[in-house]
Amino acid sequence: MLDALLGSGFEIVTREDFSDVTYLLEVRHPLMAKAARPGQFVIVMSQEHGERIPLTIADYDRERGTITLVIQAVGKTTKEMQQTCRAGTKLHAIVGPMGLPSHVGSARKIACVGGGLGIAPIFPQARAAKEAGAYVIGIAGFRSRNLVFWREKFKACCDEFIVCTDDGSEGVKGPVTEGIRLAIDKHPDIDEFVVIGPPVMMKACVEATRAHNIKTMVSLNPVMVDGTGMCGGCRVKVGGQVRFACVDGPDFDGHQVDFDDLMSRLRRFAKEEKLSLERWLASCRMRSPAATPPPVPSVPWSPPRVDENLAIEPLLLPDPFDEAKGG
Amino acid sequence: MAKKRTIRTIPQARTPPCERPPHERVRNFEEVSSSYRIEDALRESDRCLLCPDPACVAGCPVNIDIPGFIRKIGEKDYRGAYDVITGTNLLPAVCGRVCPQENQCEAPCPVGETLEPVAIGRLERFVGDMAIAQRWTNIPYIEPNGYKIGIVGSGPAGMACAADMAKAGCDVTVYEAFHQAGGVLKYGIPDFRLPNAVVDAEIANLKALGVKFECNTLVGRLFTIEQMLSELGFHAVFIGTGAGYPKFLDIAGDSLNGVLSANELLTRCNLMRARDATYDTPMELGRKVTVVGSGNTAMDALRVCLRLGAENVHCIYRRTKAESPARAEEIHHAEEEGIQFHWLTNPVELLDDGKGAVRAMRCIRMELGAPDESGRRSPIPIPGSEFEFETDMVVVAVGTNANPIIGQTSKLKLNRRGYIETDPNLAASLAGVFAGGDIVTGAATVIEAMGAGRRAAASMKAYLGIRDTEVVYRPERKGSAGKLFGIDIGERNYARVHVA
Repeated sequence: MLDALLGSGFEIVTREDFSDVTYLLEVRHPLMAKAARPGQFVIVMSQEHGERIPLTIADYDRERGTITLVIQAVGKTTKEMQQTCRAGTKLHAIVGPMGLPSHVGSARKIACVGGGLGIAPIFPQARAAKEAGAYVIGIAGFRSRNLVFWREKFKACCDEFIVCTDDGSEGVKGPVTEGIRLAIDKHPDIDEFVVIGPPVMMKACVEATRAHNIKTMVSLNPVMVDGTGMCGGCRVKVGGQVRFACVDGPDFDGHQVDFDDLMSRLRRFAKEEKLSLERWLASCRMRSPAATPPPVPSVPWSPPRVDENLAIEPLLLPDPFDEAKGG
Repeated sequence: MAKKRTIRTIPQARTPPCERPPHERVRNFEEVSSSYRIEDALRESDRCLLCPDPACVAGCPVNIDIPGFIRKIGEKDYRGAYDVITGTNLLPAVCGRVCPQENQCEAPCPVGETLEPVAIGRLERFVGDMAIAQRWTNIPYIEPNGYKIGIVGSGPAGMACAADMAKAGCDVTVYEAFHQAGGVLKYGIPDFRLPNAVVDAEIANLKALGVKFECNTLVGRLFTIEQMLSELGFHAVFIGTGAGYPKFLDIAGDSLNGVLSANELLTRCNLMRARDATYDTPMELGRKVTVVGSGNTAMDALRVCLRLGAENVHCIYRRTKAESPARAEEIHHAEEEGIQFHWLTNPVELLDDGKGAVRAMRCIRMELGAPDESGRRSPIPIPGSEFEFETDMVVVAVGTNANPIIGQTSKLKLNRRGYIETDPNLAASLAGVFAGGDIVTGAATVIEAMGAGRRAAASMKAYLGIRDTEVVYRPERKGSAGKLFGIDIGERNYARVHVA
């Protein structure tokens, strides 16, 4: 029976759009739903000629036999997936769960910090901590109110919940480090922080907790090909040592991580990625909308548009968590 | 055979393959040498003395009946030659291309004592290519014995083990983490040495034997080895996951952009087809590329960079050409194509261009000292000989460590270097689990991995109580509707005949 399940393909069961750049895919894969643990990731190939992209598992439902991914359309592949991936379509390949599961330890009071898209992968960690009996403080950082997603879902597994927005349109005004400061002020006895978001945000958070000497775990998402330790593209510097995020991570002690090295390595394919995106956008414009009408989405969504920031910050393209400038 | 052949009567010179000229072949990924034509193969087969006690067979890790198949070529019975080879080796088109024959079957060839040895590898490739072109397959009648075998990794070790177990009547499933089967044959070895189409043809043969391939399956993480034996109902499991955890240089600047492992370069280029604009995987390419190391992987990386359009490509190795682990033929091809070799040179630091990418490499000259435990003379740095070397891409091909995933997720005993510990029969520390190939020995060759896969299969059969038989049974009822698997009864087979 398991064999039959393995061979059944990778059908997208649900799609949900949080904003015009952020979308959720729920993919049927009963074996993976059974095996997945918080902190693990998958590698997805949307089509035969596609690239292999790592995505952190945002949720898994063992009963429904599905795993959930939250994706931000920043580059060619993720923008193309935003157009082609609908409920009922199939992904060419998905492999995982990869990486070491997060260590759900004996922390009695734990703060889970998510920046932007990082809310999705932090959610299963918060839930696992809650189930293990910890007191969970959830801190979510967004640029603005209209980008907030999973508020209720995240809140439900937290004992306390803080939302920070850069423009103050919801919750605390300021970056997530402001939320961290508030949490530490109120609870000086926090045992552990778990932080997921854009590298620049994780770096700021790690600095914020370093002063208080509170253990802080971060989840790294560098460039990788296979995800099985074979290529070494995802190597990161942790405590002066070279580690592979795919098999030695993706979770590491944030106080040991060399974030500048990570951010520099994330810019590795900036030029190629920008080119690839430009070429793809040009080919989209050439296609007449009448000839190939876009399929009707199950949920209202806006068609992908050219990111105006692109020209200004092309170097940040590879970062899938780019939306939140939490730090 | 009319007259006994002697060293004097055979054609004296080894038949050269038809190689494309270097300046032409560096422009694309087509194969360097084409297969022997029929007349070449016939001439070369005449050079074999057909020794009654052949040393070449002992030199072959899978013990192919080499004089047997060469005799068939001489008799112009090419199908017969294919049958002889596939009796022991399912992948002649692959092995004929990538085996280091000069150290294996061709090394002890008595013809080689006075002349050049018989070109066994090229003859094997000739037969393999002809089989693909003619769509020959040798599918024996297989009687299912009810045993379920799980194989982890679809590279050469896994494929060889799968073939033997399927022929013995087992229900075999091969798991692969990538989206395509073939392992190192697909992601590692470039098309100009081994076209992916050849690998696919050999995989199709395995599928015809009834072997199932499950790609996109990361064993250890999706389910563990222990779960395979319990929940998934496998009676035995073979682990052939390869070494695959690349070593880096462990010097300053190691993580600069533009520094990557040979595995990454080759995977992007070969499996992900980054060189083709219709594929999405990106690939950076330097103008002045340096590859560190001088094994077969380094040779592949060097020649790939040249074909991708690098202006010049350098190889840096801390010992000399004589100590290079690469096959002589590969180094020769690389030299012909214009790769610049710098022997007795070792990198000490990689220098930053100020934007996070590599600009240059500081190297030191070496000299050879006393032999180390591997028997090779160990290189010693010459003080004060450091110099700077401009390069904008550094490919590291200095070997691999053990991949940690199986160790992280199972209770299998590992040795101190992280490889799976096995007994001489390749049985691992868990009953029913066998392992072979690079994950046991560390990085080695394709044919050694295949040899290990076959030895593990033999142990697995002994463990399960499957009696290996060479006897060809005849079907009880001839032509019982469509159950003969499309096989000619007269054909040579090595497994049991079955009529359902």
